[in-house]
Amino acid sequence: MDVLKTPGVSLEPVAGWGRRPVEQGAVVRPERLLLPPGGRPVLLRGLGRSYGDAAVPATRGALVLETARADRVLAFDSERGTLTCEAGLSLAEILRVFLPRQWFPPVTPGTRFVTVGGCVACDVHGKNHHRDSSFGAFVDRLVLQVADGSLVECGPARERELFLATVGGMGLTGLITEVTLRLQPVESAWMVPEAEPVPGLGAMLDGLREAAKDWPYTVGWIDCLARGSGLGRGILIRGRHATRGEAPAGPPPEPRRIGVPLDAPEWLLSPVLMRGFNAAYYMKLAWPARGTTRPVPYHGFFYPLDAIDGWNRLYGRRGFLQYQCVVPRAAGAPAVAELLERLSASGAASFLAVIKDCGPESDAYLSFPLEGTTLALDLPYRGPRTETLVHELNATVIAAGGRVYLAKDAVTRAEDFARMVPRLPQWRRVREKWDPEHRFRSAQSVRVLGDTP
Amino acid sequence: MRAVVIGATRGMGRALARLMAERGDALCLLGRDAGELETSARDLLARGARGPVAIERFDLGEPAGFSPALDAADRALGGFDALVVTAGDFTAQEALERDPARLERLLDLNFTATAVLCQQAAERLAERGGGTICAFSSVAGDRARRSNYLYGASKAGLSAFLEGLHLAYADRGVRVVCVRPGFVKTAMTAGLPVPPFAGEPEAVALHVLRAIDRGTPVVYAPPIWRFIMLAIRALPRAVMRRVRF
Repeated sequence: MDVLKTPGVSLEPVAGWGRRPVEQGAVVRPERLLLPPGGRPVLLRGLGRSYGDAAVPATRGALVLETARADRVLAFDSERGTLTCEAGLSLAEILRVFLPRQWFPPVTPGTRFVTVGGCVACDVHGKNHHRDSSFGAFVDRLVLQVADGSLVECGPARERELFLATVGGMGLTGLITEVTLRLQPVESAWMVPEAEPVPGLGAMLDGLREAAKDWPYTVGWIDCLARGSGLGRGILIRGRHATRGEAPAGPPPEPRRIGVPLDAPEWLLSPVLMRGFNAAYYMKLAWPARGTTRPVPYHGFFYPLDAIDGWNRLYGRRGFLQYQCVVPRAAGAPAVAELLERLSASGAASFLAVIKDCGPESDAYLSFPLEGTTLALDLPYRGPRTETLVHELNATVIAAGGRVYLAKDAVTRAEDFARMVPRLPQWRRVREKWDPEHRFRSAQSVRVLGDTP
Repeated sequence: MRAVVIGATRGMGRALARLMAERGDALCLLGRDAGELETSARDLLARGARGPVAIERFDLGEPAGFSPALDAADRALGGFDALVVTAGDFTAQEALERDPARLERLLDLNFTATAVLCQQAAERLAERGGGTICAFSSVAGDRARRSNYLYGASKAGLSAFLEGLHLAYADRGVRVVCVRPGFVKTAMTAGLPVPPFAGEPEAVALHVLRAIDRGTPVVYAPPIWRFIMLAIRALPRAVMRRVRF
């Protein structure tokens, strides 16, 4: 393991946000993005917020290149909101620097502690997917260092195939070094939310579709423990950026951040306590907003969990799986109902699931969203039975013509993934062209794509 | 503030230059790598620096170039009122023990060159009524330890120099800030085992900027290192001989 003798390299445990699986990696954190010479395999990693094994090295001791220290802004067009930056810049930093100038990320996932490169690699989506599509739709240009070490510029109209393979390509086509993206103008750092309790799944799906017509941001929270006629009951949330006139004077207060000093013991996650905890959380967040239009800070609306540093430790030492799938609109409520029934029967899920309607799929080959309904939830890891549950859920998803989100996956089998993603052969063809030896690989690419470890 | 920054492309210098840019300071970056300087200048400009952010070629290893570089910075900024030096050399102790040339270079850059530069800049500032010199020393200069006394000696010398500079120029309006970082997670310390109380560059930068504004002569960052070093300095040498750190 000669790489460990290089200064600046240390062997460390590397895991996704779900804290499993864990593998030792030789981690480098350069301030300037450059692949080390020599062509050895490398895992590319941003801030490590993908849940499963997407940012976990394929083998013990493999090189891990973390990009987050390469975070310089290279250009900003203040007329158009076009930002060019090194790929390790985080959305948190973009918000800190550019929100006071009234620019906001065009798409944001549920945490701001993600790098722009990671947003491209996962083609992340947010509560505005129904209207605005996913992150890749706002990317004008990428600079990629490909497997042979050369720098290649790509975009929607230039090296288009490489671009379409890189957006959503999980960092397996090359090292993204620079990104040019379009921010969206907003009038304030405040959001106007509306929340409405809905009695069941049908009402939730209808409510999401209805809200999609007028609201840029929509999402639903579903009570996973409800069964029978209450299946799918929950709260529908709509939101939009507050106008200058609606916003309180001044920027919102910085969120107070609290830490989780220890791994939670597993009894804390017993169904009874979890129900209590989640119910309190649900009440706290949902009820004050019910029917009101009082503006709330953007971070409270988009990133409630960012307020708790290391919230992933709340799932205990064994970690957790996050499961997110999407089923096409044609499969409709019955497919979603079947998934919810399986979950509630298993008793394994967290109390809340997030439900959201997605707009049309993008041209990027491995991009996750497709027009239909997506469901996301946490599954505390309880050994093989949790994995079995995921495979069962996957069977339902495949039958419905849907797929799972690689940024959250740690379990899906290669054959199942191939059934979910009809464009996988096109993606493989582009990857073979640019990286025939699969220099860029991860524990996930070994598991889901059959890479040699 | 109109500040000359040496080391702004990396680590704590990068974080500190960003804070200065964000509050609208005018900056001139000095360094060896033109490409890196240019990239950092673009970053600082986008973050709000009173533009344009000037860059000048500068090598701490070439003292003959110091005066011309300070002249160029003066021209670019219309007379600078602060010099910040975060640049320095760092090499693991084992390599320094084995390689006299590496050791000589490290002692030369961290002590001799930095002192010569700061002395010249202090005189320049004193002549026009005052200003601030801020240089990054290290807690390693507070007490020699067997595991890093070579690097520590270079910083001990720098700390002593900065203390003297403060005393000598205080009456002429020059404020001197000696920053003594503890372990900070940057590319410089990458690969080293991370001790307790390790800091992040952004937090250190906030602390240092406050010290620059107030003219605090000695700053420990993260602040807890002031007390850690107080305890370590109090240890008798006999104890230092027995503990292995």
